[in-house]
Formats: sequence, C-alpha cells, structure tokens
Amino acid sequence: MPGVELDVVDEVFRSEAGKAVATLIRLFGDIDIAEEAVQDAFVVATKRWPDEGLPPNPAGWIVTTARNRAIDELRRESGREDRHVRAFELQIQSEPDPVEGPVIDDRLRLIFTCCHPALEPSARVALTLRLLGGLQTGEIARAFLTSESAMAQRLVRAKRKIKAANIPYRVPRDADLPDRLGSVLTVVYLIYNEGYAASTGDELVRSDLCGEAIRLARLLRAMMPDEPEVIGLLALLLLTESRRAARTDGAGSLVMLSDQDRDLWDRELIDEGQTLVRASLRRNRPGPFQVQAAIAAVHSDAADAGDTDWRQIVLLYDRLLTLSPTPVVALNRAVAVAELEGPSQALALLEDLRLDRYHLYHATRAELLRRMGDIEGADLAYERAISMTGNEVERRFLEQRRVAPT
Amino acid sequence: MTQYMMSVYDAEGVQDLPEDQIAKIYADVDAFNQELMAAGKWVFGGGLHPAETATVVDMSGEEITITDGPYAETKEHVGGFWIIEAADLDEALDWAGKATRACQGAVEVRPFQDEPQT
Repeated sequence: MPGVELDVVDEVFRSEAGKAVATLIRLFGDIDIAEEAVQDAFVVATKRWPDEGLPPNPAGWIVTTARNRAIDELRRESGREDRHVRAFELQIQSEPDPVEGPVIDDRLRLIFTCCHPALEPSARVALTLRLLGGLQTGEIARAFLTSESAMAQRLVRAKRKIKAANIPYRVPRDADLPDRLGSVLTVVYLIYNEGYAASTGDELVRSDLCGEAIRLARLLRAMMPDEPEVIGLLALLLLTESRRAARTDGAGSLVMLSDQDRDLWDRELIDEGQTLVRASLRRNRPGPFQVQAAIAAVHSDAADAGDTDWRQIVLLYDRLLTLSPTPVVALNRAVAVAELEGPSQALALLEDLRLDRYHLYHATRAELLRRMGDIEGADLAYERAISMTGNEVERRFLEQRRVAPT
Repeated sequence: MTQYMMSVYDAEGVQDLPEDQIAKIYADVDAFNQELMAAGKWVFGGGLHPAETATVVDMSGEEITITDGPYAETKEHVGGFWIIEAADLDEALDWAGKATRACQGAVEVRPFQDEPQT
C-alpha cells in the first residue's frame, strides 16, 4: 500500500479536526476529553499513515480512533465497572457511521457554544479558532500577538465556564436565533478583520486568519443555507478578499481603494460574492452584513474609481445606518458623501461623531481637510491618527499621505 | 439540571424610590416567584434587609472577630437572591431576564458546584 507524506496528514487535520472534535463533544459532553482524544488520534495517524497509506475514509477513521481513545481514557480514570463509561459505550454503539449526516449539525451546535454571549468576546474568537478551526493555541496566540500562556489561560477559563455554568451545546431555538446568530457572525467577521487589518504588528494582512474566517463562513452557509445574513457575511468576506492583491504595493505599503490596480482584483471571488449578494437580497430580510456586502459589490462593479456609483453607495449607507446606527457606519457614510457632494459636506457630518479615540476618524478628517486645501488642519489630524494606530503599515501610509503634495 | 444562584444587586439608595414604584416591584417579583414555582424551577429565594444590617464574622486571624457592616467595601450589595433549577445556562438566562425585569436591578447568574458524588 502506498504511504503518504506528512503534510497530507496535516491537510486532513486542517479539514477534519473541527468536525471530529464537534462529534466527540456531542458524544462525551466534554470539550477537554474531545480535544485530547482527537489530538491522540492524529498522533496515531502521523505514525501510521506515512507507511500504511490513507485509510479509505480518513475522517471516519479519525472519529472512530478518537472515540475509542476517549473510552479507554474514561475507563482508565474511573475503573472498568463505572456505569458512566458503560452508558457512554451503549450510546456510542448505537451511533450511526460518524461521517455522514449529523456531523454538520455537530459543528453548528459547537459554534453556537463557542460564540455564546456569556463568554468574553475575545474568548469566543479564540475558542472558535481552536475548536472549529483546529488551530493550535500557539498559532492563535501568534495571530493575536499575545503570549501562548496568556492565550492558553483564556481558553482554559472559557472552557471551564462552559462546563461549570452548563452552557448548552445546541442550536438556539428560533426566538433566540437572530441574536445568537449575530454573535456567531460577528466572531467570524472579527477573525477576518484581524487577519485583514491586523490591529498591531508590521504586516498588514495575516492571511491565515482571513482564510480561516472564509472557511468558517462557508461552513455556516452550508449548514444554514437560508439565513440571509450568513450569505451576506460570506459575500462580504469574498468581496473584500477579492481586493487583497491590490491592497498593498510591491513595498508592502497600503494602496487606497481609489488607487488600486483593479486588474489585480480576483474576478472569480467577485463573481461569487456578487451572486451571493443578489441571492441574499432576494430574500428581502436585509441585515447589516448583507448591506455591507452590497456596498462592496457596487465597488467591484466599477471598472475604475471614477466609475463608482457613489449615489447608490450613499443610499446603501443610509440603509446600513438604520440597521446599525453606529458612529463608525456614519463615518463611512461621510466618506461616500465626500465623493458625491464634496469634502466640506462630509466634514460637516464628521463634526457630530463621537469618535475621538478612533484613528480612522482622524485619518478621514485629515484627508477631507487636505482636499479642501487646509494643509495645517490636515497635518494636525494626520498627527493624531498616526499617534493612534498600532499597525506599522497603516502608520507608514498615513505618514506618506501627510507629506504628499495636494 | 444545574442549580444557579441569581443575585440581585442594589445600588445604595434604591430604597428611596417612591412608594408606588416599590409596590410595583413587590407585585412583579411576587408574580415572578409564582411563575418560577409553577414551572418547578424554584429552589429558594428571598429579599434581604439593607447591607447596613449585616455583621461580619471572620476567623482569618488568630481568633474570631465580629464587625458591624457588610464584608465588601462597595456601593453595590446583594439585595436578594433566588436559587433555581435549570436545564442549562440558556434557560437560567431566560429566567434571569424575567427576574431583572421584575426587580429592576442587575441580576448575576452563577452556577452551583455539583454535589459531591456519594
């Protein structure tokens, strides 16, 4: 039998670990047992598969091996006659083949647990990456530029709370679904955003996080195909992702949307994103992610920046502002108004926003003042923006804009 | 089933509400208690006298000391609590939502440890 390379095992791990962990959590009702058993199963796979080759059904093999390991472990811990262990064995024997069918629901249940509003928001993100994305604690810590021990502690604390407070492992009932789904979508969006506009560090995009977020969004779409906001989120991520290659230049500096080489935009992602936007809007249950995706879709329609349908974009921002009336949305709307009606109209809109601590507020003000010829005012605003950003690429960009000729 | 303690936190001065408002809170809490009992989720509950009536007994030193006043040096003290049975945290949070509406104070939900297995 032909053996396989170790990176094939890694690949199976990436695609199957989340599924296996979710299934084991359902069977054993315990996250730690599930995680350990799945890790163990992959250790066995790493030893065997390179010589023996892939089993006919690698995903099923992992789940079967992991659940046998977990039962062994429970036996070892509690003695052979323990009735809990026997109850597990009975329940597990009646399980259908673990590969098809209910597996998808397991992951859906698990993501609602990971994103439960009773957990701290940063812990929701970390748990989701760890349990559903199969990322190691060290990888998550690196992605969020924190120490491995701090991240491990955050995960342990969250898992302890899930267990002690009995946070359920199920898809919420219909009445709670919109709210709770909102929390799940926000977590996936945060993962993408942290990858796309890393808040700290010297690299603008951490692509592994972007890829993971898109994978999770696709998973949600497969599991909840009729939820328009799920479609909206996936569309938004794909349309944003489509511009990635154009977003930085050869030297790694940030390129503004209006200056991007649109030939570098990924047409395939744009087509997929736009199709999804249309599909979601047809359902006529608009939500913030759908409208943001629609705005991104309008941008992708324009062959060059001058072609952009700003009237349409301002209308969509009006809609977004009624759905999520936040100062950041109002700021983005003002940027669109600047294109449609001119910088002074936009600047007037900025005056009422309470965003003094947000670096992009000052960057936007600076840009508008510059366009109006107020070089001194612009300089001050750039200085404030620069002092507030922790991302090295953004800082360089703002410094360049500050001295650029008008 | 898990047991949860739902504690109500009163900011100081809440007793100074107008009488008709206090009467409404009493009536709402009473209705909430009835609902908890009818659902079979009630374990125990009650309102407490103000924190100034508390006495702290402490043996962390050499001997027992007795001190007047509440233990925590804060403006918010537990004003009352319920102990409920719920299937999981989601159910407990539903009850807590009804509780905070009835008593008009923030409600902290905390799980009890499992009883030691005998």
